[in-house]
Amino acid sequence: MNKPDNNAWSTQLFNDLIDAGVTLFAYIPDAGNARLIDLAQAHNEARPVLLTSEEEGIAVCAGADLVGKRAVMCMQSSGVGNCPNFLSLVKGGRFPILMVVSMRGDYGEQNPWQYPMGQAVEPVLHAMGVLTFRVETPDELEPATTAAVNAAFEGGHGAALILSQKFLGAKPFPKRKAS
Amino acid sequence: MAATRSEKFPLRRREVAKVLVAKRDLLLVVAGLGAPAWDMTAAGDHDLNFPLWGAMGGAAMIGLGLALAQPRRRVLVVTGDGEMLMGLGAFATIAVQRPRNLAVVVFDNEHYGETGMQLTHTAHDVDLEGIARAAGIRIAGTVRDRVGLRKALPVILKKPGPVFYDIKVRAENLEFVLPPKDGTVLKDRFRKALLGKNAAR
Repeated sequence: MNKPDNNAWSTQLFNDLIDAGVTLFAYIPDAGNARLIDLAQAHNEARPVLLTSEEEGIAVCAGADLVGKRAVMCMQSSGVGNCPNFLSLVKGGRFPILMVVSMRGDYGEQNPWQYPMGQAVEPVLHAMGVLTFRVETPDELEPATTAAVNAAFEGGHGAALILSQKFLGAKPFPKRKAS
Repeated sequence: MAATRSEKFPLRRREVAKVLVAKRDLLLVVAGLGAPAWDMTAAGDHDLNFPLWGAMGGAAMIGLGLALAQPRRRVLVVTGDGEMLMGLGAFATIAVQRPRNLAVVVFDNEHYGETGMQLTHTAHDVDLEGIARAAGIRIAGTVRDRVGLRKALPVILKKPGPVFYDIKVRAENLEFVLPPKDGTVLKDRFRKALLGKNAAR
């Protein structure tokens, strides 16, 4: 499957987030955000925060907003399932929670256990008041990033940038033979 | 990626997996998603293995469910450090329930293996044994070598628990050895092997 250069798009996304004033990068590691977090590790003003579970990240982003800092929560789609109750902060307090979700369980997925949460990502986020901005092709990344940043920090919404597997490329598994 | 200390840990995860189930007999095994599921499958796919392909953070609690429901059978949960870290509350819940037949083992390579070998909290010295003990799991340990593994083995497989062991294993990328993917197949074969003709009730 053709996929865009991880280095190039991660750098573009990272720079766009830094330009938007984001300094705190809460994350659970994923193949889709590995390069982005490396860039945050290397940057003077960015502070990556390794979490054990994604819900922690929603809370830490809300805490950062309370003191006027901009944060982003980076995670795999399965981790969206760990967040809903904490997303009460979005509806209850209009906290501008910005998320970067790298998808599993959509285009090209070979692990059947990834589909239930992958397919539920957008309905769950919408149910909790988080707007979603999907990226299917490289040229959609920049405008979608701007839209998500604006929805969060100018619009006072929860906003998730959804990096689809069509964009990222699907995780490879060994080929199985038909019997 | 820069070299990390766990690339030099002496224990190899596939060998530890083999040792754990060498004489498995009636043992019920839950394997956490990713490498531990592949490891337990490499050691021998078995109807009484329940390997997870998702639901990260839940392996120890699935084990508790089994242990409480089947108090006469030994239950072994084998999972990864990242998976255990995602469900640390399980230590507290297991400690309160005190299942004598439950052992939880973490294959701790200090990395998230399935997403690109990023470091986990244990690489930054978060101590899973210490967390388990502080939660109230009194029989807990950390294994770093073959001698430690030999000593821990009878505790993991026989000693009245709950038992927790953090087994430090080498960070390495091994070939996939995949169990069946279909969760209903995994569930049904497990129930049938355990419950026989009562499986459908």
